[in-house]
Amino acid sequence: MSTLEQTASTGHHHGPAKGITRWLYTTNHKDIGTMYLIFSLVMFMVGGCMALTIRAELFQPGLQLIQPEFFNQMTTMHGLIMVFGAVMPAFVGLANWMVPMMVGAPDMALPRMNNWSFWILPFAFSMMLMTLFMEGGGPNFGWTFYAPLSTTYAPPSVTFFIFAVHMMGISSIMGAINIIATIFNLRAPGMTFMKMPLFVWTWLITAFLLIAVMPVLAGVVTMMLMDIHFGTSFFNAAGGGDPVLFQHVFWFFGHPEVYIMILPAFGIVSEIIPTFARKKLFGYTSMVYATSSIAILSFIVWAHHMFTVGMPLIGELFFMFTTMLIAVPTGVKVFNWIATMFRGSMTFETPMLFAVAFVVLFTIGGFSGLMLAIAPVDFQYHDTYFVVAHFHYVLVPGAIFSIMAATYYWLPKWTGNMYNESMGKLHFWLSFIGVNITFFPMHFIGLAGMPRRIPDYALQFADFNMVASVGAFLFGFAQLLFIYNIVCCARGGKKATDRVWEGSHGLEWTLPSPPPYHSFTQPPKVD
Amino acid sequence: MRCNRLALLLSGFVISPAVVAEWEVNLVRGVTEISHAIFDLHMIIFYVCVAIAVVVFGVMLWSIIYHRKSRGAKAHHFHEHLWVEILWTIIPFGILVAMAVPASQTLIQMYDKSEADINIQVTGYQWKWRYQYLGQDIDFFSNLSTPQDQINNEATKGENYLLEVDQPVVIPVGKKVRFLITANDVIHSWWVPALAVKQDAIPGFINEAWTVVDEPGIYRGQCAELCGRDHGFMPVVVDARSEEDYLQWVASQTQAQQAEKAAAEQTWTMEALISKGEEVYKTSCLACHQANGQGIPGAFPGLVNTPLMSGDGLMEHARIVVHGRTGTAMQAFGEQLSDVDLAAVITYERNAWGNDGGMITPQQIKQLKAE
Repeated sequence: MSTLEQTASTGHHHGPAKGITRWLYTTNHKDIGTMYLIFSLVMFMVGGCMALTIRAELFQPGLQLIQPEFFNQMTTMHGLIMVFGAVMPAFVGLANWMVPMMVGAPDMALPRMNNWSFWILPFAFSMMLMTLFMEGGGPNFGWTFYAPLSTTYAPPSVTFFIFAVHMMGISSIMGAINIIATIFNLRAPGMTFMKMPLFVWTWLITAFLLIAVMPVLAGVVTMMLMDIHFGTSFFNAAGGGDPVLFQHVFWFFGHPEVYIMILPAFGIVSEIIPTFARKKLFGYTSMVYATSSIAILSFIVWAHHMFTVGMPLIGELFFMFTTMLIAVPTGVKVFNWIATMFRGSMTFETPMLFAVAFVVLFTIGGFSGLMLAIAPVDFQYHDTYFVVAHFHYVLVPGAIFSIMAATYYWLPKWTGNMYNESMGKLHFWLSFIGVNITFFPMHFIGLAGMPRRIPDYALQFADFNMVASVGAFLFGFAQLLFIYNIVCCARGGKKATDRVWEGSHGLEWTLPSPPPYHSFTQPPKVD
Repeated sequence: MRCNRLALLLSGFVISPAVVAEWEVNLVRGVTEISHAIFDLHMIIFYVCVAIAVVVFGVMLWSIIYHRKSRGAKAHHFHEHLWVEILWTIIPFGILVAMAVPASQTLIQMYDKSEADINIQVTGYQWKWRYQYLGQDIDFFSNLSTPQDQINNEATKGENYLLEVDQPVVIPVGKKVRFLITANDVIHSWWVPALAVKQDAIPGFINEAWTVVDEPGIYRGQCAELCGRDHGFMPVVVDARSEEDYLQWVASQTQAQQAEKAAAEQTWTMEALISKGEEVYKTSCLACHQANGQGIPGAFPGLVNTPLMSGDGLMEHARIVVHGRTGTAMQAFGEQLSDVDLAAVITYERNAWGNDGGMITPQQIKQLKAE
């Protein structure tokens, strides 16, 4: 009895363990959040190097640096690493750090599972990267891995790819369960659902999306595994299977996945803009409803990725209408952000610059999305660089910019030190210019008829490809500033206040900077 | 040369819109009624987006300029407004409905299933297209004709680099042509921008698409769905001709098919087979087995000095080429190549790169196919 009390009392006041065990055994939401963020930064750099390999090869027509089979491995791995290794873990890392602090909790609800869901990831991605060195090369069928190219015609390493996808799926589902459990159970007294910060709201909805669709992804890769090794014919037409079934199942996962990568970004931007406009977020309630409608709609639009597979007319019409409908709640969000800025008192520190760029460039990605939704015109856009331009506009200056904004916004809170503001601004401007030079010309070459995922192209696409490659290298190398700034900030610098920003609101800013190891040991009161 | 073009781009934006136009920044308008309808829809939705962008970004820019703290702006306190919020939900919805009407009309037009004058079955193979004119004795493969040394930057690239084939699909103008599109191995996508036809070619499915081309001309496109190593190297070329020229072409094709049959009856020498086989190898085998016959370890087997290439392996070698190897990328070339071509390429492989494996005749191939 007395020993129990002893461990309980010492357990409450201990700090982080020393050395490597701090990171291996940790159940602390901040340590795990930090590991997620560092992991995602490393993956961002790895995936970025692959992107630069692709852009270097596409700098000029002809095959210069790499052969088509390696090019295909690069496009595949770049997509997989960026989606599953960079963007998703970054959002989970941010959720780990911020959700307990924003709802007034000491830690995540399920800390041991939290440790496990992180530590699966390095193994999953090491295995995936290892396939590049296997005989026959790594996955080369695009990140959408359409069967039968990814089954009957795949390199032998596809089995490792399937196992890696299973592992990262388990990690995501556990992360999502943890976030839901935390939000449902550990909110401070008085924090009703409609008082939660929007970042918490968007993550709650994202977590439900994750739980709904990650099993679908696991299902589809398991069916592939069966086809490859156990003689089934789910996707093999010669055995009575259906290659189009693959695409339906994949995109039933894939479209909600797109919103998994953007809803937390909406949450981040909805935190940052009010802070720097020194004005309450316009239309909080409609933001919550808009986010929920986007999440629900995301389940009934999947076949807009497949307008050219030969669906019946009625299917085309249905998916065209539902897809167009998504523009309404998305528009509401953009209008709300702008109404928040309107008649505010704005300053433009680095997080705000990234957030404003997010609103503009994400909206451009939204416009091209609306164009792609028009099914008859999509017959021309489908599988061209226009699509590449579209999804990079919503993912790079969309999701990635929001992650960078969040990093600059909360870094002083995490480390207790201010980052270098002018270096942050320089990083922003180089990224902003680089991103646009890279991806804007892709609209043009796509419309002019360049298909995606080709290692070599006809001469009329040469000039814009060269421009895009120059922009890509500018954007890529600008990220070294980001890393340098983070490292410097973690090591020292001007001390940050608890509020950090003049206009900041919310529970996380009531904690000291850096916050104590167990965020809120006494639940704060929210009125 | 490239620097000049870059300079041209920079000056182009500043000086003259005509220069920019050469840079092909927009969709092609195409040469069919459907492609025109699609182009118009594309422009409408584009202008709608531009109009919304001007309003939305305009308000935003206004706030950024005037409502900043450095200009002494004081934050107001409003944070919701029911009518504004309802209005900016309803207005976009109205715009979308207005957009959906013409879009649906065009889509319905594209799904017109009425009888066609000519039916062509298009089959995607890794990495070439096969065209079979239904009801006529025309059946051929269309391969990339850009030489490998242009791709490897060892020769100057031609005008239609990567968009040229040895044998284009020929169609008459003013007639409804239906394409029945399928695939033999993985999913491909048959796309000609000027015709606004893009349809996935899926093994086990037959998709259909149709077109009526108004003007004679050569229209170029590419495979649009990632289909493996040489996805970027399987162009589509459509040669639209006047009715008269088309009929002439049909007659010459029928003759050519007959000549091919006669060639299979002839006696061929080893030298003749080897020199013909080298050409066949380049179009049909080189992509995987490579110019030096070494293949790509782990993906595509090498052909140099293997047991299969020795004297005893002859019939097994021929069988693999004719019937393919199930479960691998090795296709059954028996249906793709003529008996002469098969005999030629097999003989070539057995005598190239230091191999010494004897020869096979078109007659033996014919027998093998009959087995």
